[in-house]
Amino acid sequence: MSTSFTTRIAFAGIAALAAVSAQAADITGAGATFVYPILSKWSADYSTKTGNKINYQSIGSGGGIAQIKAGTVDFGSSDKPLDPKELNEAGLGQFPSVIGGVVPVVNLQGVAGGKITFTGPLLADIFLGKITKWNDPAIAAVNAGLALPDGLITVVHRSDGSGTTFNWVNYLSKVSPAWKEKVGEGTSVQWPVGVGGKGNEGVAAYVKQIPGSIGYVELAYALQNKMTYGAMQNAAGKVVQPSRESFQAAAASADWTKAQDFYLIITNAPGDASWPIAATNFILMYKQPKDAARSKAALDFFKWAFEQGKTQAEQLDYVPLPDDLVKQIEAYWQAQIKTG
Amino acid sequence: MSAVPNAAAKAAVAESLYRRRRLMNHLALGLASAATLFGLFWLVWILWTTLLNGISALAPSLFYEMTPPPGETGGLANAFFGSIVMSLLAIAMGTPIGILAGTFLAEYSRRSWLGETIRFINDILLSAPSIVLGLFVYTLLVKPMGHFSGFAGAVTLAFIVLPVVVRTTDEMLKLVPSQMREAALSLGIPQWKVTVQVLYRSALPGIVTGVLLALARISGETAPLLFTALNNQFWSHDLAAPMASVPVVVFQYAMSPYDSWHSLAWAGAFMVTVFVLAISLIARAIVARRKVAND
Amino acid sequence: MSTEHALPAGAIAQRPDALASRSQRDLSADRAFRWLVTGAGIFVLVSLFAAALSMLWGGRAAFSTFGIDFLTTTDWDAVGKKFGALVPIYGTLVTAAIAMIIAVPVSFGIALFLTEVAPPWLRTPVASAIELLAGIPSIIYGMWGLFVFVPVMSTTVIPFLTTHLGPLPIFGPLFQGPPLGIGMLTAGIVLAIMVIPFISSVMREVFLTVPTRLKESAYALGSTTWEVAWNVVLPYTRSAVIGGIFLGLGRALGETMAVTFVLGNAHHLTASLLMPGNSIAATIANEFSEADSDIYVSSLIALGFLLFIVTFVVLAIAKLMLMRLSRREGN
Repeated sequence: MSTSFTTRIAFAGIAALAAVSAQAADITGAGATFVYPILSKWSADYSTKTGNKINYQSIGSGGGIAQIKAGTVDFGSSDKPLDPKELNEAGLGQFPSVIGGVVPVVNLQGVAGGKITFTGPLLADIFLGKITKWNDPAIAAVNAGLALPDGLITVVHRSDGSGTTFNWVNYLSKVSPAWKEKVGEGTSVQWPVGVGGKGNEGVAAYVKQIPGSIGYVELAYALQNKMTYGAMQNAAGKVVQPSRESFQAAAASADWTKAQDFYLIITNAPGDASWPIAATNFILMYKQPKDAARSKAALDFFKWAFEQGKTQAEQLDYVPLPDDLVKQIEAYWQAQIKTG
Repeated sequence: MSAVPNAAAKAAVAESLYRRRRLMNHLALGLASAATLFGLFWLVWILWTTLLNGISALAPSLFYEMTPPPGETGGLANAFFGSIVMSLLAIAMGTPIGILAGTFLAEYSRRSWLGETIRFINDILLSAPSIVLGLFVYTLLVKPMGHFSGFAGAVTLAFIVLPVVVRTTDEMLKLVPSQMREAALSLGIPQWKVTVQVLYRSALPGIVTGVLLALARISGETAPLLFTALNNQFWSHDLAAPMASVPVVVFQYAMSPYDSWHSLAWAGAFMVTVFVLAISLIARAIVARRKVAND
Repeated sequence: MSTEHALPAGAIAQRPDALASRSQRDLSADRAFRWLVTGAGIFVLVSLFAAALSMLWGGRAAFSTFGIDFLTTTDWDAVGKKFGALVPIYGTLVTAAIAMIIAVPVSFGIALFLTEVAPPWLRTPVASAIELLAGIPSIIYGMWGLFVFVPVMSTTVIPFLTTHLGPLPIFGPLFQGPPLGIGMLTAGIVLAIMVIPFISSVMREVFLTVPTRLKESAYALGSTTWEVAWNVVLPYTRSAVIGGIFLGLGRALGETMAVTFVLGNAHHLTASLLMPGNSIAATIANEFSEADSDIYVSSLIALGFLLFIVTFVVLAIAKLMLMRLSRREGN
């Protein structure tokens, strides 16, 4: 009895599989978690406008790179750019999609958002475990007039590998030789001290729950969770607040024209107004795709997003690409990616 | 002991021993009741948290609107559909094989080394972390096919269904009294017919319970689906394309910074839990009815 | 269909050659069915071996590069490409042990309550409710743990433990450290809640199999309910109870999502249970999607293989204990 019932279901399933597999497949992309909200927004709007469906899923930057290399998706996405050599070996092209930034967040009683200032070397020493107390002279030196408590610092970092971590430690490596030598940079590193939270959300939750803690999250998480973020002293020696404007300034000050395959990490950017830990997300696609029509559909989507999707990006606390950069990207598509 | 000739003192000793035993009994049974309250306490606490956080998204639109971008209203219709399709397909694939393999263990391989090995391996499969099975199906199906698909997701879930069904079928068939087998066989009925028409019928409620428990288990699986079915923000009934599922949507929305996504995640979680509760109650009702019929 | 065979009288009345041909048909059908079920059994066998082998194959680079060091070192450095699995192995075993220390007595209490104490009308609803704990998706345990349970741990439970147990001579170091709320103790408690339904329902089922006459003889001798449970029911069902405990342990060892949220995921070896640690399943889930070098991926897959081995050993011990017990009892 039960067997005949299940066979019937099995047959129905197989019939359904055969019947629907003829349907035209949508474009699939996968990768960085950072761009998941904005790509989902762009894609929903693009689908109402044109009827074309772009399905993007967040599986992590490493996953995005692995899946485009395995050929299981039409485009991949990563917060960590691949160098031209690796791109060439895999036959991939690469271009930026959107800009954001990583901000330090703290849980300190009596300290309001943006009122505490950090320098790069200071953050490196805190995350190395060299500075262990909030009233350390090194912190007080850049925060004159701020009442700092005599409490222990708890470092909170990401437990999962992530592009956010990559940009954070890339910056620390650029500004602190000790960090570069002891820890280095990558999507996940061997943290000298601290506790690990899963995802930006996990770090945000830990920082909110542990008094005296410091962590790092993307700006949207700091703003949406109403967290106490820190200001930063940038490469030009100026103190800047994390905002779309300072992220934009960092992106604009970077010289994209000289970067082959847009291989450029914009942390520690020059310029008075630049946020030092700005981050770019990158899209990876095959230069000689198996199915050129699908690649064209994906590029059409990004063209629409770059030109028509700026407001949506800003609403979600992302920084849209500057116009010059968009032109440069479109030229790169023409020259490099075969679309039919 | 013998040094106490006094009967009254003896009685007093017995009385105090009796009191101690009674005290011990009350204490132990009290602790047992406390343990039960302890278990129920967590259940209520977790369900309450889920309901409280998901209540703002619990609306009819949950069932007919698609997963929205952040900040917009929407529902989980595509995710519910995907979860139902993949779960049913997984049950349809895992159950027949599971029942047959369970039959092999209980009826055809008693005390043989092959049967013991399979039983042992099946128990390991039962507690294998599901992400490992996801990786296995990824190498088996997704990579060779060149794309993520609802079908690959269903196969992964079937691997989770399989050991549960094997184990319950095995156990339930063993509980069928051997007199029934002997009576049927002595009538000259071939063994396969005895198995299908006598033993299965008698063990059916138990097997159904096993299948429903397997369904409860796969309806909350996230990790193995992420690398097989991926997910889909649109409505898709194409089994050869990425397909949405409730647990993956819950995971992605829960890890985002936006409140509107958070409440959808909790609402989705609440629905999964309610669904599992319903399944568990149905399973119990079937077993209870069966017991009444037997008595 | 069934009536055809249910009446032997009809069969006797048939002509002998028809009888012979039908018994021939039955014989081949029987053989086909036997092949079918054997095939299904072998399918189960092969699929798990394939999964285990694919893990071993994927992890071969890690095993050949690091050798025995993979099991004995604590480095987990994706940048320097040095990997040792000691911290996740330790964390997996410790959190599972904490879970069992809590879950086993509680489950025994629940099973006792449901079979001996509760009024009959209460038993089914309460049993269903406890089993519902098994049906809650594990990501919900994780989210609840992170947002609701961890704050409770860090503000009340952990300060209490550090002040009262921290100064003790031998156990003290287990309960020292800042009140982070996350860590191995929290993970162990969440795991305990997750495995209680598994262990308690097995215990309940087997307690119900104890023959009534055994219990009634004990009661007739004047035993209390507790004495019957402890001296009659538990010894009678001991082997199945241990089987149930090991089933729960297997589940605790392989749990992923819930643990990643509350364990703290730090690759440090610490004596204190209040400090963050790591587990095998959590490490795989956390890092697999971002692993960017071949040896990194291989090390994670090798961890998956180690979990297979750990589960294998745990189950093997469980089976051996059950076999020894049943032999001693002469079954």
